[in-house]
Formats: sequence, C-alpha cells, structure tokens
Amino acid sequence: MTAAPVLELRGATVRFGAQTVLDGVDLRLLPGEVHALLGENGAGKSTLIKAITGSVPLTAGAMLLDGVPVRHRSPRDGQAAGISVVHQELELLPNLSVAENLSIGHEPRRGGRIDWRRARRSAAAALDDLGIRIDPASLLGAHPRSAQQLVAIARAVAADARVLVLDEPTARLEQDAIAELFRVVLELRDRGVAILFVSHFLDQVYEVCDRVTVLREGRWAGEHRTREVLRVELLEQMTGSAPAAPRPDAVGTGEPGAGMPHVVARAIVGGRAAGIDLELAEGEIVGLVGAVGSGRTALARRISGVERPVSGTVQIAGVRRDLAHPRDAIALGVVYASEDRRAEGIVDRMSVADNIVLALQAERGTLRPLSRAQRDELAESWIEALAIKPADPSRPAGTLSSGNQQKVLLARLLCLSPRVLILDEPTRGIDAGAKSEVQHLVEDLAANGVAVLFISAEPEEVVGLATRVVALRDGLAVGSFDADGLTVESLLAAVAESGDD
Amino acid sequence: MTAIAPPPAADAPPARPALGDRLRRFAPLSPTLAAVAILVVLFVGAELTFGNFITPRNLSALLLDNAYLIMLAVGLTFVILTGGIDLSVGSVMAFTGILGAKMLADGIPVLVVLPAMILGGAAIGALIGALVQYFDVQPFIASLAGLFLARGFAFVVSLSSIRVEDPVVLWLQSTRLRIGDWYLTPTGIIALLVVAIAAAVLRWTRFGRTVYAIGGSEQSARLMGLAVGRTKVIVYLISGVCGGLAGLMLTAYSGAGYPLNGVGTELDAIAAVVIGGTLLAGGQGYVLGSLVGVLVYGGIKSVISFTGADQSWTRIIIGGLLLLFIIVQRLIVARADRR
Repeated sequence: MTAAPVLELRGATVRFGAQTVLDGVDLRLLPGEVHALLGENGAGKSTLIKAITGSVPLTAGAMLLDGVPVRHRSPRDGQAAGISVVHQELELLPNLSVAENLSIGHEPRRGGRIDWRRARRSAAAALDDLGIRIDPASLLGAHPRSAQQLVAIARAVAADARVLVLDEPTARLEQDAIAELFRVVLELRDRGVAILFVSHFLDQVYEVCDRVTVLREGRWAGEHRTREVLRVELLEQMTGSAPAAPRPDAVGTGEPGAGMPHVVARAIVGGRAAGIDLELAEGEIVGLVGAVGSGRTALARRISGVERPVSGTVQIAGVRRDLAHPRDAIALGVVYASEDRRAEGIVDRMSVADNIVLALQAERGTLRPLSRAQRDELAESWIEALAIKPADPSRPAGTLSSGNQQKVLLARLLCLSPRVLILDEPTRGIDAGAKSEVQHLVEDLAANGVAVLFISAEPEEVVGLATRVVALRDGLAVGSFDADGLTVESLLAAVAESGDD
Repeated sequence: MTAIAPPPAADAPPARPALGDRLRRFAPLSPTLAAVAILVVLFVGAELTFGNFITPRNLSALLLDNAYLIMLAVGLTFVILTGGIDLSVGSVMAFTGILGAKMLADGIPVLVVLPAMILGGAAIGALIGALVQYFDVQPFIASLAGLFLARGFAFVVSLSSIRVEDPVVLWLQSTRLRIGDWYLTPTGIIALLVVAIAAAVLRWTRFGRTVYAIGGSEQSARLMGLAVGRTKVIVYLISGVCGGLAGLMLTAYSGAGYPLNGVGTELDAIAAVVIGGTLLAGGQGYVLGSLVGVLVYGGIKSVISFTGADQSWTRIIIGGLLLLFIIVQRLIVARADRR
C-alpha cells in the first residue's frame, strides 16, 4: 500500500527563456500502478514527459528515482535508468526492419558484431509475448500505422522498462487493438512496472488507471485515486471552471435536405474505398464512421481533389466534375482538412498568421499578394473568433498545442469561404475544451448553410453532432442513418447487422 | 466504449509470412539489384558488340583505373545514408594529393607523409561535420565551404603539379599481383578492403545502424537514445578520410600531385552512389551498391573508349542513367508514402 515511488517529481519546474512551462509540479509513480496524466493541451503534459525521459532538463525542482535524486541529460540517460516512452507520433524508423526497431540501441552481440539472428528471435519472442502478429524481418514502413504503434509499445516493453510512459496510445487504434493494449498494460502493471498513461479519453482512464494527476497551465491541479473521484471533478480541475452543459439537441441546426444535395459521389473506388456512394446537402452535418481501413479517409480525399478516384463520379452542384487537384475542389468551394495534422496541415516554421492565410493566398495566386495589413487583420479576426491560444499571430505554428493547431487549420479553410467542409478526424488528440469548441463551430457553420462531412472514430461525438450518419465497412457504405433518435448503441447495432457477410 | 470496431475478421492473419511478404523483405535491395542488372547488361552488351570486353585484362584495369572513385563513393555513401551530402570530396582528394607530393619533394619521410595526407582529409571532414551538427548548417552549404577551402589549400601548397618519385608511393600503383591473367595493385586491394570494412561496419556495428537510423528519421533516432550528434560528425570525418585515401591513390596512379585534380569528381562519385541504389533522401542503400555504381561508371567510360567516341559521351550517358534512377527512386518512395 505505501510502496515507495519508483519515480518522483518534486516541485519540477521547466522554463524556456521567459516562459514557464512547468511550475512546481509534483508527481509520484508507484510500481505496479497505472497512473493517468490529465490536462488540456498546453497544460504541460508533453514537457512533463520530456523532463521524465531526459529530453529537457529541469530548471528547478528535483526528480528522484527510487528516492535518489537524478539528473538526466539526454534521452539515453532516461533509457539507461529504465524509463521508456511510447510517443504520440510513434518515433520509429520506417526504413528498418521490425526486429531492428525493437532492438536498436541494445542489439544482441556476438564476437563484437550485431547478431541479427538473435535479434530476430528475441523480436519474435517479444511480439509473441504481446500477441502481435508481425514478421520481425519485415520492413516497418510496410505496415499500417496501427501495427507500427504496437511495435512501438513492444519496443518499450522489450527494453525492461521500470517506468513506461504511454502518450495518447489509443488515439489511432481499433477497439480490438485497444483491448489488447489494455491487456498488456495491466499485465505490465502486475509485473510491477510503473505506468504513466496520458490520454484525453476519460473512459479509458477510468477503465485502466489506478490513480490520476491533473495539470492545469503548467501547475499541479490535483492527484486522486480514480475510484474516489468523479469525472466532473476532473474536468473542473483541468479547465479551472465547471464544464459547460452539453447543448440540448446538439443535432445539426441547419435545414438538411433543403434542396438537392450539393455533393453527389457515386461508386468511388480508390485506396481502401471499394465503391462508395455519398451525398452531402447544404446545412447537413454527415458523420462518417467506420473502423481503421474502412475507407473513410480514402473517400474523403477523393471527393475533395486530393487524390483521383480510380473510378466513380463526383457531382458538385449538379455538374459532373473531374477533381484532379485540390485546387479544382477549392475553386468549387470544397475544402479538405487532413487527419495528419503534422504532415499535411500545419507548416511548423511559419507563423500562425501565415498558416491561416496560406490557402487563401494560394488561391489568389502569385500576382495578387495579400497585403500585410490584410493578412494581419484576417489572422487576428480568426484568432479571436476561434479563441486560438496563445493569441500571437507571429508565433511559429509548430509551437502551438494540437488543439490550437487544429483551430489554425480550420481558420485557414474558413478563409476560403467554403461551401463544403470535409474534416478528417479533426478532434483526434485534442483536449475536451478545444474539442467542444470545434464541434460548436461546425454546428454554427452548418446553420449557415455549409455542408460538412465529419469523420470521427468516436461514436459519441458523431451521434451528438451529426444530422445523418454514414457507416463504412471494408470500403463500402453499409448504412445511412438519420441522427434523430440515434444512440451509440443503436448505431453500433445497426452497423453490425447491416452489410452482408 | 471508445471506438467503432468491425466484427472480428473471420480470417486471422497467417502465422508464417506469405511468399509475397517474404519477397517484400528484400524491397530495399531492389534499387541496388537494378544497378547490378544494368552492370550485367552493359558488360554482356559490350562483349557482344566488341568481342574482347570481358577479359581479365580489361576488367582488372576497370578496377584499378577507378580505385580512387571507389574510395570517394564509399565515404560518400556514409554521408548520403544519413541524408546529407559532401561536395568537398574532389577538392579534398586534390588537396591531399598535392600536399603529399609537396611533402615528399621536400624530403619528408613517406611514413610521415601518408598519415599527414589522411589527416588533411580528416580535418576538412571534421570541420564540415562540426558545421552541420553544431552550427546547424545545411550539409550542401557546409560541404561547399569545404570544397572551396580544400581547393584553396591545394593552390596554397602549389600552383602547378609536382612529380612524385618516392618508391613507396609508386609501388602502390606499379606493383601487380598476378592471378592468372588477372592482376591487382595495392591500390586496388586497399579499395576493396575499404569497401569490405565499410560494408561490415554498416551491417554489424551500432554506429553503422545509427547511420541508417538517422537517414530514416533523425528525430526518432535521437529519441531512441542513439548517439546521433556524434555519428553525424563521424560520417563526414569518414568521407574526409576517404578523400585523403583517394588523394593518395590518384597521386600513385598519375605519379604526381596536381592542384586541379578532381574538379567535379564529387559529382561523379555522387552519381555512382545514386546509381548504386542509395537513396539521396537517406536511410536506404549499400556500399556494395556504390561499388557497382562505380563499376557502371567505369564500364561506360571503357565502352566509350572502345567505340572511339569522344569521352564527353560518358557524361551524357551517365546523366541519362542518373535521371532514370532518380525517377525510379521517386516512384519507390511515393509508393511507400501512400501506405
């Protein structure tokens, strides 16, 4: 019961120049416990993780390992001390084999050279231990992201970690994989590992965590046992105020079906899409749901000009269009926000203002540049409208938290005054506050006549937000459900029933 | 309940990898295999056209005439695998060559001169590495600075060529080890030895694997706790050392040091590395491939001289091949990205 903490932070403070990112934070990780770390984006969770692993030094305060103060100067020190991290963005090496990804940094040796056969064998054993079916000799990059994530976890486990940090591990996993992950996490807990579980999904926190620490604006805001604290209390501690009551009847307030559908896609084939029909009417919020690999992103990219469908037609405002390039779609008022914010969204080094006006400037072309005043005015008005924090238009966009980056991306698209907004998992990996702001924004846009296609992996979010829900499975649409009276259970039941097996 | 899931698939993935998966393991080898195929086609084609191309004499000459380029290509492979580039190697080769020749002409004993040549190359390499790693300078710019520096140093040493009479140096090139009709010179042996050592290092040491890791994702490599900074500096050092060795070989080959040697040779070396299957973006490639690339380059030069056409045709053909290879590489990378 009163076991000594494996890892302890006392008054941990991290300052970058004049900015204090972590201020006097306490944290206790006990062996054989899963400890959740909660907090809005920008609350300091990533910095806390970096301090634990050694990527970032503590400006003040102490870190103790088994009661002994330590100072980590690099991630290598952290790893040597038995601290392993599985990052949100995986941080693996796609050009090397699975076995090598598991063993690099501590490869088995024989006679001074790396023993590849032993590396492959121990990789196979490590993967088997977790029930992961991947050929250890295969190239990591040949596998889909969900599989790569399991390899990342296997790597952390294989390194004999005493402290395992999981940063948003479930953000992209299917239900089976999540269940598998939890099984492994609990197994490791029973073996005595101290696990730090960073997640936005409160359900998951309650399901698998024993204790939870809340951060707010870089400061410690509370530590509880999960069975002794209510969700509402946690949300209050995270945001500093009572959470807003969910909007009653948060079904799209537009007038769906008023007039013929603005976008009509028929038999779209390409990527994982195997012949999907879809209609979007103005003022509608269509939720697109389906498992990883069911064709949601493939469909979205092919009706917005990002990729060309192998076959199938797209009609916009009643006219058949060949969308060969996103430019063609944008010219027709159809805009797309990618699920891969980092690679296909934010330009890290450009300022927030430049990121916001990027698409608009591209549409206008080189010969009609926006004046500085125009750019600043646009940027400031969107920063205010979407409550982008920090409200500094000249900051590099890469320094913002994910939630705020998503808002910048939305601002960029909205500058184009779109008539159709295609959002691919826009609320993935962002905190509850920013999430509900994005959802309200989508509702307001639909009320103003924009047609919205909203892809999400969370049935609750979709059921609460959409006017109509389309479910995909294995590249085909298996049902279109009116949101009136739809609940998560009935949606899941309907998806399981329909579709011929 | 946090995510939608399909009903569990009835067909679980097979326990043993399917043939397709087995073959896919070798995907990174494909650009290099393509280079080997080109080499075979080239040689067979030349043999069929001229009749006396694949002879021990001709092939031995191929290795020895291009030993210096093999050295440069090996060093460059390390750098390119990390996603960098080294434009200085031709100039380093010229600088160390003329430096060695001058030192020998001044009577300095050869046992001092040889290490000095290598150290000269290492110094420039280390400088470039430091610029790239600690000052965050783009490798293109940092190595361009190295190029000018080395060339400048070469002219400072001497404005004209200096003959080398030292017996040790000349021995490196003039001695022939005969095996039947085949022959090898010490420079050839050194070149092959360096290739073998480099291949072993890249395959079997943590340093070598770190080189690949940096090319794959420098950020990930750093987070995995690999010695990224140190490795980045060392690859440029290796390139510089190889430049120094190449200077030695070229001096032995031509019997003189010449400050204007190797102008543009770095580009030939880069071409050979790319043709050999190393991706310019880094993370994929083999030194054996670079050896094949040099043999392709040398082979084309040899074929051109057989036809009696102007040697500038070599450049034109190499340019065409290079373009082809880069397009193929782009396609490979684009396919991988789409997954």
